[in-house]
Amino acid sequence: IKSLVYAKSGHSGGSLGTTDIMSVLFFGGFLRYNASDPNWSGRDRFLLSAGHICPVLYSALARAGFFPPEELATLRKYGSRLQGHPGLDMKLPGLEASTGSLGQGVSIAVGMAMSDKLVDKNDKKVFVLTGDGELEEGAVWEAAMAASNFKLDNLCWIVDNNDCQIDGRVPDVMNIYPLDKKFDSFGFNVITIDGHNFDEILSAFKKFDDNQKNQCGKPTVIIAKTIMGKGISFMEDRYSWHGVPPNEEEAVLALKELGDADSIVY
Amino acid sequence: MNNFKIAGKKPTRHGFGEGLVVLGERNENVVVLGGDITGSVMTSYFQQKFPDRFFSIGIAEANATTIAVGLALSGKIPFFSCYTAFAAFRNTDQLRVSVCYNNANVKIGGGHSGITVGPDGATHQSLEELSILRTLPNMTLVVPCDFDEAKKATIAIGEMYGPAFLRFGRSAVPMFTNPDTPFEIGKAQIFEEGKDVAIIACGLMVWEAILASQELEKRKGISARVINLATIKPIDEEAVISAARECGCIVTAEEHQVHGGLGSAVAEVVVKNFPVPMEIVGVKDTFGTSGEPEQLQVVFGLTWREIYASALTAIERRDKGFIGLRKITQISEFKE
Repeated sequence: IKSLVYAKSGHSGGSLGTTDIMSVLFFGGFLRYNASDPNWSGRDRFLLSAGHICPVLYSALARAGFFPPEELATLRKYGSRLQGHPGLDMKLPGLEASTGSLGQGVSIAVGMAMSDKLVDKNDKKVFVLTGDGELEEGAVWEAAMAASNFKLDNLCWIVDNNDCQIDGRVPDVMNIYPLDKKFDSFGFNVITIDGHNFDEILSAFKKFDDNQKNQCGKPTVIIAKTIMGKGISFMEDRYSWHGVPPNEEEAVLALKELGDADSIVY
Repeated sequence: MNNFKIAGKKPTRHGFGEGLVVLGERNENVVVLGGDITGSVMTSYFQQKFPDRFFSIGIAEANATTIAVGLALSGKIPFFSCYTAFAAFRNTDQLRVSVCYNNANVKIGGGHSGITVGPDGATHQSLEELSILRTLPNMTLVVPCDFDEAKKATIAIGEMYGPAFLRFGRSAVPMFTNPDTPFEIGKAQIFEEGKDVAIIACGLMVWEAILASQELEKRKGISARVINLATIKPIDEEAVISAARECGCIVTAEEHQVHGGLGSAVAEVVVKNFPVPMEIVGVKDTFGTSGEPEQLQVVFGLTWREIYASALTAIERRDKGFIGLRKITQISEFKE
């Protein structure tokens, strides 16, 4: 919220809606990384295919110690390592790839998972997060086909299923459902969860871990039912909050709801 | 005159296929992605030799290009190859954002390029990709002129860091360079010395340029410099500027639209540094059509004759101070 209000532009809704999942992934022991050695060769990798919700990724990386949290205030500013959509050229520690043209992050993740499992033959994991509207991009399904074809059980695909996109409710823009059946028919382990229930998130990631350990030969998709703008009453489940930041007044209200009202500085 | 001799004919795609095998032997990080036409673009050589490092992605160029990015960001040197009509257009967004913006070490082999793919017709005759690809930051773009150069260029792009696109063709074309002919990315080569006009060409038009220079010498006593500009990007500015300064007029020749390709790249250097009259030989803003490769070269004006005629036009414009009406020498004005 603070990054976004300073930036005066950016994507609030999806960033808030995926905060719970990202917290578990980064701080629940599932994603292996070393913040003091970002390029550590034994690390797992996380890709944000839905590049526009990068505020949540930047926040997670800062809290994980990849860079000082004060830098979050530079989001979208000239010269910042926190580009409006993730950009590898700015050399932000912990960032694995430039993403932002929807759908492409999944194919990059497939390539990384192929490199780990089929070429280097190690046990590293690749996580990728997409939106739900993003699944309207056809190349996403090319990637799904390949993930299953190459038996990438080291790949975990998280779908942020908040049912909102810029023009409205997802089925009103283009119906992508039934998602579970689609992924199932593509050869995935499908886990559907409440994306704000920590027990369910934990157990989903645990299942993925087990699937990989057991060499099940199938990629995993976690369809996380989320609420866009989660945690801020006036943003929750409103697709109008897809691509806008709070203004100063709204930011104060939002931070009050999150119990952090005193920390904002202009 | 260097007296280039044709030592038979072979398609440039065979050079690409053989180059990949050399790379595979030299570096175990080299991996190859197939797009269902491995036997056409000769990635089949690599596949047979290194089956563990070959992955078939199917008919999915956008996906293959982006999977290559994931492999590259994991330290591999991935080559993806299919027809340029799809390896530069179906995946342009992927090339721009995932390959070039990431500065990922991805190599694309664009096969069956240009009008000389022949009978397949316009859908498969890529004539626009040089224009698109050379505007992408970080991209290296190479168009080899024959079999041996294609092989050397393949090895060279595999041994440099960064995104690269190699454009090659389907049909057998004259082999006139040999394994000892020097090749370096970013360096143009003078294949024929000359002082009256410079002909700058790439791909199969280099051989046509050599033929044109021989005819100019024979018929008109004109000494034409022939420059093989295999690397379209980064362009060898020095070679182009020297050509402008020392010859005073330039003809470019490419198996590509006259817009945005080699001719445009050369013109950008010329206008900024040493403006001289220039003529651009290429396909004139039209789609191709089915036919035999050599027949199509004639129909679309991609032979030594157009280069010859353009050289006369360029020389005349230079000699008249290139002010006033631009009189175009018609190829009908001379006989074979």
